[in-house]
Amino acid sequence: MKMNRRRFLLGTTVVGGGLLIGYASTRPSKHRLANDANQEPYLTTWLRIDPDNTVTVIVPHSEMGQGVHTALPMMAADEMDADWSKVKVEQAPATDLFANGVLVKGFIESMGVSIPGFLQGIASSATMKVAEIMNMQITGGSSSVRFTGEVGMRSAGAAAKEMLVKAAAARLGVAENELSTSLSYVHHEASGRSLSYGELATDAAQFEPSSEPTLKTPEQFTIMGKSIPRVDIPAKVDGSAQYGIDAQPQGLLYAAIKISPVFGNKLLSVNSEAVSGRRGVVKVVELEDAVAVVADNYWRAKQALAALDIQFETSESDSVSTESIFAQYDEALKGEVNEDVELGDTPAALSSAAKVFEASYRVPYLAHAAMEPMNCTVHFHDGKCDVWTGTQDNLGIRGQVASVAEMDENDVTLHSCYLGGGFGRRLPNTTDTIVQATKIAQHFDVPVKTLWSREDDMQQDYYRPAVTSQFRAGFDAQNNLIAWQNYYIGKNEPAEAAHTPYDIPNQSIAYADSPTHIRFGAWRSVAHSQHTFFMESFVDELAHQSGQNPYQFRLSMLASKPRHAAVLRAAAEKALWNQNLPEGHAQGIALQESFGSIVAQVAEVSIDRTGQVQVHRVTCAVDCGRSVNPDTVISQAESGIIFGLTAAIYGEITIKDGKVEQSNFTDYEMIRLKDSPQIDVVTVESGAAVGGLGEPATPPIAAAVANALYILTGQRVRELPLKNYRFNPAPVEQSA
Amino acid sequence: MARFRVNGTDQQLDIEDDMPLLWALRDELGLTGTKFGCGIAACGACTVHVNGTPVRSCVTPVSAVEGAEITTIEGLAVNAAEALTPVQQAWIDHQVPQCGYCQSGMIMAVSSLLASNPNPSDDEIDNSISNVCRCGTYPRVKAAIKSLATTA
Repeated sequence: MKMNRRRFLLGTTVVGGGLLIGYASTRPSKHRLANDANQEPYLTTWLRIDPDNTVTVIVPHSEMGQGVHTALPMMAADEMDADWSKVKVEQAPATDLFANGVLVKGFIESMGVSIPGFLQGIASSATMKVAEIMNMQITGGSSSVRFTGEVGMRSAGAAAKEMLVKAAAARLGVAENELSTSLSYVHHEASGRSLSYGELATDAAQFEPSSEPTLKTPEQFTIMGKSIPRVDIPAKVDGSAQYGIDAQPQGLLYAAIKISPVFGNKLLSVNSEAVSGRRGVVKVVELEDAVAVVADNYWRAKQALAALDIQFETSESDSVSTESIFAQYDEALKGEVNEDVELGDTPAALSSAAKVFEASYRVPYLAHAAMEPMNCTVHFHDGKCDVWTGTQDNLGIRGQVASVAEMDENDVTLHSCYLGGGFGRRLPNTTDTIVQATKIAQHFDVPVKTLWSREDDMQQDYYRPAVTSQFRAGFDAQNNLIAWQNYYIGKNEPAEAAHTPYDIPNQSIAYADSPTHIRFGAWRSVAHSQHTFFMESFVDELAHQSGQNPYQFRLSMLASKPRHAAVLRAAAEKALWNQNLPEGHAQGIALQESFGSIVAQVAEVSIDRTGQVQVHRVTCAVDCGRSVNPDTVISQAESGIIFGLTAAIYGEITIKDGKVEQSNFTDYEMIRLKDSPQIDVVTVESGAAVGGLGEPATPPIAAAVANALYILTGQRVRELPLKNYRFNPAPVEQSA
Repeated sequence: MARFRVNGTDQQLDIEDDMPLLWALRDELGLTGTKFGCGIAACGACTVHVNGTPVRSCVTPVSAVEGAEITTIEGLAVNAAEALTPVQQAWIDHQVPQCGYCQSGMIMAVSSLLASNPNPSDDEIDNSISNVCRCGTYPRVKAAIKSLATTA
C-alpha cells in the first residue's frame, strides 16, 4: 500500500480470483469539520474485476434520478479501458468501509475478500464517529461526479489498468510499453496476442497500485463524453425499482402518524383506547410530539388515526404567521448586520453616486414535495436492526438509527433503496421520519413501516427558508454601476450564494439573523435559489433604470469572468435574444454560477387571458467544465428548470397560527405537462474543472421569467410566487 | 369480500369495502409498482387500468371495482405478451425517468391515452396527462408520446 498525505490506493485479490481496488483520499468537502485534523483517509471507490471479465463498480452515492449510478462507473471504466457492456454497477453498502478508510472485517469477509496481513490490525480496531459518518456517503451539493468521480473513480480505474498491464507484461514476457488496452483486453500488437482483464485480474492484484496513476486527457476518452443510457432506467419503467416505500419484509406492520402541526409543541393527550379492537390495529404509540397508530395495513392505520382525539400543547409559536415573520425580518434588517462581503467603500460611493436605486425583495417558504412521501421501515431483531429507506446519506441514516436505538452502528444494516426524489429532503439532519420510525419500531420485534401522508410531508418539511433581501445601488455620472449594497436575512450554504459575479468596485453585502420556529433545510440549489432571484432581478432593474439593455449591461460587467460571459452569450445567441419574437411575447435573461457550474437562461413568456404568466420556451446554456454523460446534463438542466419554474409560479408555503397552511398538491400546485415549456439546452465545454449538475439549472429561472414579465407589463416582480399576480400587458420600451 | 382480477389473476380479499384499491394492491397483494403520492387523486402516481380505463386507485374503493379486470404496471407488458410495451420501450429510448417514482402512473396514463387515441394532438396530450412529475421529465414524456404517435 502506497500512502501519502492526500490519497492512497489499495489493491487486493478476491477469494476465487480477481482484483479489488479501492481509492481513498482526504477529499475536499464543504461538509468537513474544522476540528477534523487527523486527515483520516476516506475510501470513496471500489472496483472489482472478476475472472469472467466483468468489472463491477461500487458506487457510494445514492441514485435519485441524477444519473450518478451511470456517470461514476463511466469515469472508472473509461480510465481502465473497460468494455462498457461488461460493466456492472452496485450501490455500496452503508458500512464504515466507505466512511473513514478503516476496513471493517465483517464487510470484507462478506465480499469474499482475503484481507492482506498488514490490514488485519486495522480491521479489528474499527471505530466510528458520527462526524465521520456524516461526511462520507452524502449525496448532495452536486458533488458526486465532481469529487468521487473526478478523483476516486478515475484514479481507481487508471491504477487498475496499470496493474493489469504489468500483469500482462509479466505473463507475456514483453515490455509494458509494447502493450495497449481496449475493451477490457490488453493487447500485444507485435505478436497478435491478447489477454482479457478477467484472465489477468488475479495476477494484477500482486502489483502495488500506484498512488498517482496517469489519467487520460479528454481527447483519449472513449466513454466519458458519450450519452450512455442510464443503468437505473429499465427498472423504472416496469414497476420493479424498489423505493423505500416498497420495502416488504416478512411480518411487516404499518404506522400512520399525526405530528404536532405547530413545530415543537408537545403531545398533550390522546384517547388511545378509542381504537382498540378496531380491525387490524395493533398498537397506538405515543411520541413526544406525535401519535402513531400501527396496523396490518397502512389504510387501516390511517383510518384509526383519524378516529383519535389528539391534543397538543400550545406555545408562543401558535401566534406566528407569514406576516409576523416578514415583519420580524424587516425589523432585523434595521438592526445590526453581519459582514458577508466588503469591497471598496460602499457608503462613500453611494453618497457620491449620480443616481441611487433601491428595492426590497422577498420569497416565501417552500416545501420539497418529493413524489415519494417520507417513510422508513425499521426491524429490531436479535440485538440487530435492519432499516429500509431511500436517503441521500446511507451512513448518516445508519448512524441516526443507531444513535436513537443506542446501538453500535455495526449492528444496524441499512438496505439502500431508490429515492423517490431527494432535492435536499432526504438528508439525515433534516428528517425526523427516521427517528420516529426507529422509536415506533422499538415497540415490536417485527418490521414496521412508518409512512407519512402527503399532508404530513407538506406540513412537516424542513422548508427552504423565506428570505427578505434589500438592495441599494449607485451609478456614477458615466452610467457605470459603482456601488452594490445588499442586506439579507440568514446566511446559509453555499457561503457565496449572495455574492454578485459582476465587476462592481464597491460592494457591501451583509446579513441579519432572524430565527423562527419554522424549521428549514437544504432545498435544491440551497441559498442560490433565493439569491439568484434577488440579484438577477435587481441587476435587471438597474439595467432598465440606467437605460441599458439587460443582456449587454450584464456582459459589460463580466470582463474579468470570461466563462460567465461565454455562457451568457451562448444563451442569448441560442435564444435569438430579442429577435423576431411573436407579438405579446418577451424574453428575460439571468445568470448564476453554483456548485462549480455556470448557467444562463433566457425565458420567453406571454400573459394569458386570465393575467397569468405562460412560459413558452427556456433556453439554457451550461458550462459544467466537461460533460461526463451529455444526455444527463440535458436531463438535469430540464429538471432543474422545471423545479425552479414550479417554485417561481406556484411555490408558496404560508404560516398561520404557527402552522403550515398548505396540505397537498391542490394548494401547493406543481408544473404539469400542459405548463411545461420547450427547453433547449446548449453546453459550453470550457474544459474547466467538472462542475455539478443536480442543482445549477434551478437558480436562474425565476429571475429570467420575472425579467421577461417586466418587459411585457412594466411591473417589477419583487415577491414570488407569480400565481399571486394578475398581469396587465403594458410593454416597456427596451434599450438596444 | 372483494373480488376482482389483477393482471390476469383472480383475487379474493377479505377486506373492507371502502379500502382504496391502492392499499389493496400494495399492502394486501404486495404489488408495489403502483405508487402512493397524494391520496386525493391529485398527482396520478397511483394510476392503474380498470377494464382498460385509467383510474386513480388511491380514491377508488375496492367496492367500485368488484368483478373488474385491473392492470397495474407489473402487468402492462405481460398482458401484451411481450417484455416491454412500446410505451415502456419509448420511456427507455427517450431516457424519460429520473427518480422514477411517478413513472408507473405516468406510463399507465399514457398507455390509456394512446390506446384510445393513437395520434393525439398537443392539446389532447396536455389535457389528458395531468400526472405530477417532481423531477420535471415532461419534455421527455412529450417527446416519447410523440415518437409513439408518429409510428402508430
